Amino acid sequence: MAPLIPSQKELDRRRLVGINAETVTNIPSTDFPGHWPGESHEWSLEKFKRDFNIEFHRNDRFEATFSLVGVDAAIANAFRRILMAEVPTLAIEFVFVHNNTSVIQDEVLASRLGLIPLKGSVEGINRMRWFKKPTEDDPDSGSTPSDYNTIVLRLDIECTENPDAERAETDPRKLYHNAHVYAKDITFHPVGRQEEYFVGDDAIQPVNPDILIAKLRPGQKIDMELHCIKGIGADHAKFSPVATATYRLLPDIKITKPIIGEDAKKFAKCFPRGVIELEPVTQEEAAQKGSGYENQIGEMKAVVRDPFKDTVSRECLRHEEFQDKVKLGRVRDHFIFNVESTGQFDSDVLFLESVKVLKLKCARWKRNLSDLMR
Amino acid sequence: MSREAYQVPSLGGQNAFGDGFSGSLDGPVVAYLCGECNSRVSLKRGDQIRCKECGHRVLYKERTKRMVQFEAR
Repeated sequence: MAPLIPSQKELDRRRLVGINAETVTNIPSTDFPGHWPGESHEWSLEKFKRDFNIEFHRNDRFEATFSLVGVDAAIANAFRRILMAEVPTLAIEFVFVHNNTSVIQDEVLASRLGLIPLKGSVEGINRMRWFKKPTEDDPDSGSTPSDYNTIVLRLDIECTENPDAERAETDPRKLYHNAHVYAKDITFHPVGRQEEYFVGDDAIQPVNPDILIAKLRPGQKIDMELHCIKGIGADHAKFSPVATATYRLLPDIKITKPIIGEDAKKFAKCFPRGVIELEPVTQEEAAQKGSGYENQIGEMKAVVRDPFKDTVSRECLRHEEFQDKVKLGRVRDHFIFNVESTGQFDSDVLFLESVKVLKLKCARWKRNLSDLMR
Repeated sequence: MSREAYQVPSLGGQNAFGDGFSGSLDGPVVAYLCGECNSRVSLKRGDQIRCKECGHRVLYKERTKRMVQFEAR
């Protein structure tokens, strides 16, 4: 028996998550084999190729917004989680304090330094290998620091009086040299082959040079060596390559019965600017019987302009006059991603990295499955 | 003897402040920092605890010269 083909209307209904005043309906996806009797929902590459689509709305260096259309929530969520927790980045991990006479304690300073986002040659960072930490059972099991797994930075700074400062000066930054220690005071010391990759602008350096690390007074000194290694966000948030990685579903607004005149203005105010627009009722609409626009030529009616901008505040559902005139929803398979990079990688590269990680995970899963079969 | 080397103080000593590291009669010279004028004050055993510059009676021990390792997390 040939599989049943549902009508387009039914398919459109299934594609929407219903949003009501106090409930959300039709939440789980149903497009998998065995859910709808008689229908085939077999996954096919052809169908995926036809339906899948990516569209960029914004692609800045450190922030990207794009739509991922035609995938299941599980896949979209996997990308989001991988972006936050499993794309490897470089961060300060070991701090060797030679001297620190500042008021900020060694361990507090160390944890502050760890959170500073670093940047450098992407190729060089990608070529770096993991630094294996020694386990408690076997203290000798860790890897030895080398040019392929450790980046050495130094913070060596001393605060001194500024003899050129005016006598009435009260600003410590002018009164003393190095009263404030900033991220830009961290210096990079390449070793071995690192000199080939991390040259000039590609040297390892803080993304934001003006992060305040500590404050000093004359005679106080900080001298420390900082070892950076590669890690993942699941281990510690400092290794997360994104500041935020979120997605939302594309909002869907359907005006089921005409909203005209003052009501239309009020309706537009229920949404963010640009979502609802007012248009005059045309002659054809007015001529159409039962459309609700009879004898309304020239009156303003509400039309949906750009649901993308909607925040789905559901404000319109609170008003009596819009009852049964509007249906809110979200498109189940249209994910609007927002990826904000901390600076080590470009934001659009980050998403590709997350795809790479998922692919590697699948390959490992497949390999382990075939091991099971043996 | 390097100042880095640390020796466990002997429990048998009567003086809780230790009989010094070298065992010489004068005892070791230890550098302190004045709590008032931040100048270095070198004291031997039995010296009066007092800054030679300003006479302040609160002295601080210097920070260890040894390297201390921390994890940045």
